[in-house]
Amino acid sequence: MQPFTRLCGTAAALLEENIDTDIIFPARFLLITDRHGLGRYAFHDRRFDTQGEEIASFVINQMPWRDAPILITGANFGSGSSREQAVWALLGQGIRCVVAQSFGEIFYGNCFRNGVLPIVLSLATIAALAAAAQSGQPFIIDLETQTIHVGDAPPLAFEIAAQHRLALLNGWDETDMILNARGDAIAAFEDRHRRIQPWLFETEEPS
Amino acid sequence: MPTTLYQKLWDAHVVVDLPGDDALLYIDRHLVHEVSSPQAFQSLRDAGRRLRRPQTHLAVADHAVPTSARGTRIADPQAAAQVDELETNAAAFAVPYRALEGDGQGIVHVIGPESGFTLPGITMVCGDSHTTTHGAFGALAFGIGASECGTVMAAQSLKQIRAKTMRVDLVGTLSPFVSAKDVALAFIAKVGALGAAGHAVEYAGPAVAAMSMAARMTLCNMTIEAGGRIGLIGPDDTTFAYLKGREMAPAGTMWTRAVEYWRTLRSDRDAVFDTIVTIDLSDIAPHVSWGTSPEDCAPVTETVPDPATIADPGVRRRVEKALAYMGLAGGTPLDTIAIDRVFIGSCTNGRIEDLRSAADVVAGRRIAPGVSGIVVPGSTATKHQAEAEGLDAIFRAAGFEWRHAGCSMCVAMNDDRLAPGERSASTSNRNFEGRQGPGGRTHLMSPAMAAAAGIVGHLVDVRELGS
Ligand code: SF4
Repeated sequence: MQPFTRLCGTAAALLEENIDTDIIFPARFLLITDRHGLGRYAFHDRRFDTQGEEIASFVINQMPWRDAPILITGANFGSGSSREQAVWALLGQGIRCVVAQSFGEIFYGNCFRNGVLPIVLSLATIAALAAAAQSGQPFIIDLETQTIHVGDAPPLAFEIAAQHRLALLNGWDETDMILNARGDAIAAFEDRHRRIQPWLFETEEPS
Repeated sequence: MPTTLYQKLWDAHVVVDLPGDDALLYIDRHLVHEVSSPQAFQSLRDAGRRLRRPQTHLAVADHAVPTSARGTRIADPQAAAQVDELETNAAAFAVPYRALEGDGQGIVHVIGPESGFTLPGITMVCGDSHTTTHGAFGALAFGIGASECGTVMAAQSLKQIRAKTMRVDLVGTLSPFVSAKDVALAFIAKVGALGAAGHAVEYAGPAVAAMSMAARMTLCNMTIEAGGRIGLIGPDDTTFAYLKGREMAPAGTMWTRAVEYWRTLRSDRDAVFDTIVTIDLSDIAPHVSWGTSPEDCAPVTETVPDPATIADPGVRRRVEKALAYMGLAGGTPLDTIAIDRVFIGSCTNGRIEDLRSAADVVAGRRIAPGVSGIVVPGSTATKHQAEAEGLDAIFRAAGFEWRHAGCSMCVAMNDDRLAPGERSASTSNRNFEGRQGPGGRTHLMSPAMAAAAGIVGHLVDVRELGS
């Protein structure tokens, strides 16, 4: 996974609540089994009309936000389905940081497994950031210091759980970490668990 | 110290405690479907990993499969490839697989319980947010992303953050023609789409004890629409009676031992919850949704909210936007909204009890002119049972189409979808923009309400029709 340390670029503001995973990545594209190349489907039905033409009023279709790596949005972003395609599509579109008032829980977790930084801020702060984003000036998101920098304004601090921050900064793969550090603990747990709920192990050959 | 059911299930699965409120949790069961698994299997291949315990997974195709025909090659090449890939992956990694043509096929959240794969006291995951359903059995069940599916396959465990707890006390008794779906919609309308965020929700109280497993599953299924990743109900004799003799449930002396253990899975009487919500079922009328979030629900006897009367500018804008998408004017009586399509099915309401309640309403009647309806059983076994009971004949005689099992118009990944601007009465769980097809307009409701809407051609209070 690509580490996340510092991100610099424009921020696209999409100030709406409940941008759910069906808006981020419409279900019919879930038939695609590859996780790469999904960027063009991000916000598809908001970005393109039924003829496939770009809808000019949608922020990501406008300069200078076509390649904005930061998205600023409202409450409950990424709610709904567990589809990780929502995160892969944002990544494919070049978005690596989403600032929102709150997130759907599964989406929030999926971000960290893909090097995307979700930041939670208050409604008032988000409104101020969205206003600043309108000018197209670059934002700097610094995960090391947990700050957002915009122009000459004083840096804005954000919170993030320590383990999430470390995993992003180092680009750690969760499966590797569990297998390497916890393999023995998992085996020991299985022995205990098998004694308490043996019926959960019945169908397996003893190894 | 008195503990909650959630805490007991959590404690029984902690492999190691991690800093903060986190733990590495052991995962007992994993349901695998064609949409969220290809990338997880690929991650195993890329890393040269194998499955730690292949028998703890169960794979089935449900989301993308056509419901109009079975037994021939799937016409849509992408869907065909996706189902093929699931079959190939299951074979390559020795995962038990329910063939599309077989009797065991169906929606993951319907076949898990039906086959006894879902059991009390387990942790269960699936790359699907409605995994909440299985909490109806007293299992700690939650939806995960595809990367996590790969982690579970390789490590049989997952890092999790402990949730807060919410107890929803259900008191009183439901009126005739009011169902668990109405309770779920009323609950979501009351607490909002984020009301249960960060919480494991336990449904409790005398009304839950009186509910069938199907009703309990409907309730737990919809918990995610209130923002909660986990719904729970303490297992009781109703649960055990449902499970006994199911294909993958323990049998013989193991069954006796299991039931003894399962009886310990209750929240202690003095257990402390972070939040408590009480809902009186006697107050609940049949509900329908009017907007683009499941929280946009109201009793069918009311009107579409009028943005002009909403003081909060943020809420007003959201309602205006939802109504524009839905093509509705504020103040419209809900029971005058004309519909084009009816969808009866999904993991929320595709069980035999749901089909029976819809069939009761349509029996001896005809679908309204200009309206079309499909009935999609949640599993092939459910389909066969319904046919044995003659429900398919009732639906057909009323002008509804009788289909094969799958997710169908709940997610519109196959041909079952709304055309832009079309309006449905749907028993599924999400009325998001485009959920049932781009530009489609979804009204959520119970099976009896959707059936009634099909008969009269507009949303209607099923109690006016009677059975
Ligand atoms: S029926 Fe709908 S909600 Fe349920 S698993 Fe299928 S797509 Fe998801």
